[in-house]
Amino acid sequence: MTINELQDGIIEDFEQLGEWMDKYEYIIQIGKELPPLSEEYKTDTHLIKGCQSRVWLHAEMKDELLYFSADSDALITKGLVALVISVLSGHTPKEIAESELYFVERIGLHSHLSPTRSNGLLSMLKQMKLYAVALQAKKLL
Amino acid sequence: METETIHTSVEDIEQIRSLFPILHTSVYGKPLVYLDNGATTQKPIQVIEAMNQYYRQLNSNVHRGVHYLSGQATDAFEAVRKKVQQFIHAKHEHEIIYTSGTTAAINLVAHSFGKRYVLPGDTIIISSIEHHANIVPWQMMAEERGASLKVIPVLANGDLDMDAYSSMLDDRVKIVAVNYVSNALGTVNPVQQIIDLAHQQNIPVLIDAAQAVQHMHIDVQAMDVDFLVFSGHKMYGPTAIGVLYGKEKFLTEMPPFMGGGEMIKTVTFEKTTYNELPFKFEAGTPAIAEVIGLGAAIDFINSIGLDAIHTHETTLLQYATEQLKSVDGLRFIGEPAVRAGAISFMLGNHHPFDVGEILDKLGIAVRTGHHCAEPLMRIFNVPGTVRASFAIYNTKDEIDALVKGLHKASSMLG
Repeated sequence: MTINELQDGIIEDFEQLGEWMDKYEYIIQIGKELPPLSEEYKTDTHLIKGCQSRVWLHAEMKDELLYFSADSDALITKGLVALVISVLSGHTPKEIAESELYFVERIGLHSHLSPTRSNGLLSMLKQMKLYAVALQAKKLL
Repeated sequence: METETIHTSVEDIEQIRSLFPILHTSVYGKPLVYLDNGATTQKPIQVIEAMNQYYRQLNSNVHRGVHYLSGQATDAFEAVRKKVQQFIHAKHEHEIIYTSGTTAAINLVAHSFGKRYVLPGDTIIISSIEHHANIVPWQMMAEERGASLKVIPVLANGDLDMDAYSSMLDDRVKIVAVNYVSNALGTVNPVQQIIDLAHQQNIPVLIDAAQAVQHMHIDVQAMDVDFLVFSGHKMYGPTAIGVLYGKEKFLTEMPPFMGGGEMIKTVTFEKTTYNELPFKFEAGTPAIAEVIGLGAAIDFINSIGLDAIHTHETTLLQYATEQLKSVDGLRFIGEPAVRAGAISFMLGNHHPFDVGEILDKLGIAVRTGHHCAEPLMRIFNVPGTVRASFAIYNTKDEIDALVKGLHKASSMLG
């Protein structure tokens, strides 16, 4: 599936959920189900600092595709991190670099992408794109 | 002084609440429960109207004009200085310096005091439960002057280690700067003891009263404190106005912090002579409307009386402490001997950010995070806390809503 098809799928899933409470419970559940990040990557080099919650991100290339794994110390952030990974992970650096993530806003969690919230999610997205752009540039060399 | 009536019945609080327009708004379709008063309090209609009226009827620059409006604005502006003087019982009106807030006031003292009195090898004492505003300015000054900081340690319950403090006082210490009430924990520090011990060795003391002045009586002469600072917006007044109280002796000896208009006596390109106190420290056009608003806030506080405020808030804090104990897994961060204003806690091992977000969706405003006190969070080994902080308009019903919200957060976060 393309990145946008995956995003649309999430938006549809959230439309089924009525109240905010159900949405949050769903995000929390997804956060809990996120495979744990290997301890070797939970280091300062992988740390993306938000003021409130912290996110660790690891990226690796396999067969021309870029894969992400991540973790956060806050559960709601972790759920959103899991959703972002489910959308972006396993695509080519070009696809990731050119992607536009609209699902966070459409599911009503745009405040999580506000710079003033500084919970690490926005910085994580930037970092993911940065990896993708860097890998793409490397390939062109 | 008139005898103050203690109004703290439910009806009285309802009447007080009716003066705060914002308390009647709703968020996400739920009635707002505002428990972030340590960050800023809401403003009563008197404050909002006073500022509005100033711009509608009085707006003019102060101390400069020959014209009618300027005279009126200056009178109103200076009348508030008198009001502040009485509010904290300062000896002289000119010991009251308007600043943009507590942070600016501490920066002023750190800079000007440092320049005048601090030499290489000297030390400055602060405590480990300070807001960054009472850490960083001293660090900056110490670095510039070749001095160093000494930090009073905190005990496990959130109280300061007073024995350690006593032993830190020696002839290299030039100033002690501590808060009256910790914004992060709600600890009320034994400031009188802190001042008395320092004074035995002729060391002046600055008290950051940003989290105290709205909760309890302050008498700077009785305390014999050398500097005391606070903000208007945490005491029902507007943002961008704060107060530096300083003893005349120090303020006279200290050089100005900023140069500009109003703070000068004469200016030539060779030499400028500075104005008298308090103007020496008030360069530029001040926050006039905000000063007027601060005056209205003091009137508001006086109309209820700090004794009544203290009584009501103490009841709320006791009730909140009791009720919060009923929440599974909740642990207090800091259980000080004397508490004012705030309660900090963790809900199990849930990240404060998650808890705060769920409470927010229920219409409950609390503060989460490190409360601008990162060193303290490291001491308690938590990423931050959830902090509920109270004001005169809060009710037991709101505490019940908080407790209910925490049960909800607990079940959602599992």
